[in-house]
Amino acid sequence: MKILLVAESRDGKLLGSANELIAFAAKMGGDNAMFLVGSESQLPAYSGKLYLAETAVCGEFNPDAHKRLLLEVIGKEQPDIIAFSHSSYGWDLAPRVAFALKAAQVSELVDVVDGELVVPVCNSKLRRNVRLKTKQTVVTLQAGAFGLAEPPTGSPTVEKIGADTAGNLEFCGYEAAEQGGVDLSKADVIVSAGRGIGKPENIEMIAKLARALKGEYGASRPVVDSGWVEHKRQVGTTGQSVTPKLYLACGISGAIQHLAGMKKSEFIVAINTDKDAPIGDVADVLIVADLKQFIPVLTEKILAL
Amino acid sequence: MKILVCIKQVPDMESKFKIAASGRWYDTADLAWRMNEYDEYAVEQAVQLKEQEKEADLTVLCIGPERVKETMKKALAMGCDRGAHVADDNYADKEPFEIAGIIAEYARDKQFDLILTGMQSQDRGSAQVGVLVAEMLGLPSITTIVHFSYAAGGAIETKRELEGGVKAVVKAKTPALVTCQLGLNSPRYPTLPNIMKAKKKELLSVPVADLLKVDSRQETAKMYFPEKKGGGLVLEGEVGQLADKLIQILKEKTAVLA
Ligand SMILES: Cc1cc2nc3c(=O)[nH]c(=O)nc-3n(C[C@H](O)[C@H](O)[C@H](O)COP(=O)(O)OP(=O)(O)OC[C@H]3O[C@@H](n4cnc5c(N)ncnc54)[C@H](O)[C@@H]3O)c2cc1C
Ligand SMILES: Nc1ncnc2c1ncn2[C@@H]1O[C@H](COP(=O)(O)O)[C@@H](O)[C@H]1O
Repeated sequence: MKILLVAESRDGKLLGSANELIAFAAKMGGDNAMFLVGSESQLPAYSGKLYLAETAVCGEFNPDAHKRLLLEVIGKEQPDIIAFSHSSYGWDLAPRVAFALKAAQVSELVDVVDGELVVPVCNSKLRRNVRLKTKQTVVTLQAGAFGLAEPPTGSPTVEKIGADTAGNLEFCGYEAAEQGGVDLSKADVIVSAGRGIGKPENIEMIAKLARALKGEYGASRPVVDSGWVEHKRQVGTTGQSVTPKLYLACGISGAIQHLAGMKKSEFIVAINTDKDAPIGDVADVLIVADLKQFIPVLTEKILAL
Repeated sequence: MKILVCIKQVPDMESKFKIAASGRWYDTADLAWRMNEYDEYAVEQAVQLKEQEKEADLTVLCIGPERVKETMKKALAMGCDRGAHVADDNYADKEPFEIAGIIAEYARDKQFDLILTGMQSQDRGSAQVGVLVAEMLGLPSITTIVHFSYAAGGAIETKRELEGGVKAVVKAKTPALVTCQLGLNSPRYPTLPNIMKAKKKELLSVPVADLLKVDSRQETAKMYFPEKKGGGLVLEGEVGQLADKLIQILKEKTAVLA
């Protein structure tokens, strides 16, 4: 068994997901090597062979060129599995590589059990085990699914590769996330509104509970996408990561991208009409109720304390 | 200008799921079906582009059984010109490579300038089909877009969404494919007159056997419910009592009501 791990860097920085790739390799056993388009000044803690292409030469975001570089390394190493993170870099590049290799691709792996690859279905309400028919497999790993007890150590043996620059897309730079406004990371209590609030008028109900608890209100993505709440208040992978003393998720189903931003909160309460909503997996208390009835009552009682 | 938008019909995620008799998928009986959320953004973007490029012709494609036509009619009512239904009762057993193969086969000789897909489907969630279609057709593809603009002559400018809300500005030239992320635009609700008009639009079915030319590379061994790991407290009942219980718990377990 040999695994090629595809690490990532962005804007000159190595991304932490490299550790999760290493954890996956440790779980699978056998040999592994790593591939990175990045910089020599930002090497992962990894005691194996690292094929390194320079971002300065091959481009930050140039999937076409990164694909060809990877195929070169795959040709040399002949890995059984090529592992990416299920990230904006990984889910973009993985299918390109899988197609070129005529390999099966399995996305968002959460586990491997008896040689079958386990992936989530329907917002993690269900699981699916996958069996492969090809010799080589491309996988992307769900963020946070594979971890090590101790951070990895060592330094890689670097082999520099490629100066491939041609591509069919033109990358024109990054745009920073919206700045200014509320800083959720400082709040002890966060009450978040999800799509279950139904209409924008109900934001005030959530904000009122947040004030009663001397906290801030946040939101899941659809509430932000609908323009009901500003992006600074969005919790999740494409918003803020928060760790308050108390997190109240109101009408939020608990998609993995939302959980990634709040599951480390000290105490989590979910209010949801759906008893099976995946938010229940991380909640210390799940209140099965219609939030429109429950929240005003709770707020009154807290204000009366 | 010719545009293709690919949509999938998925169950409402709040449904109470059951495992199908095959043990390999969820039971499709008694579910409420809707358009994959990501694909609503793809349809809206395609319709906006058609409004900008008046002569544009917009086809919506969906692979699935007879019932997916309901979802296709919504796309027609939103503004697509014609529907291409690929009739397939076993679509759920097909892996992304096969779904992409079918779409690519359909598109191959039709010279689409732009193909739009969702970034992922809500049930299977592979985030592969769009990119695979582009690779099969030799087109450039941009994934996870939250901004799109098109200028005459075929210049596309997009913003890809990255982790933490950072965006990457990426340009390409048509013919190309983009995969659409939540928040790309505000998908319209079909109006009653447009729903009526949509009934007269072309909605042709092709048997999947005519378009499936690739073999699968993986199969589902089984589907099941994950073990509950949380073990948190689940409270049900009258809201006043629930509120009292919760306040009691917060007093005991947290410092926030002190
Ligand atoms: C790349 C990527 C990045 C993403 N980033 C983020 C992110 O940063 N943050 C984020 O939140 N999402 C993110 N998402 C979206 C995510 O996948 C989900 O779509 C989103 O989190 C769902 O939000 P929700 O739980 O509010 O809505 P839904 O999933 O629609 O859930 C609504 C919930 O409300 C409940 N409900 C309905 N009515 C009531 C009622 N009256 N009372 C009580 N409960 C009720 C329902 O049972 C349901 O569980 C991202 C997705 C992708 C693909
Ligand atoms: N059965 C289908 N019919 C038409 N388009 C589909 C189908 N399945 C997936 N797609 C398209 O491919 C995208 C990505 O799906 P997936 O790779 O399954 O996550 C979806 O958002 C749709 O645009």
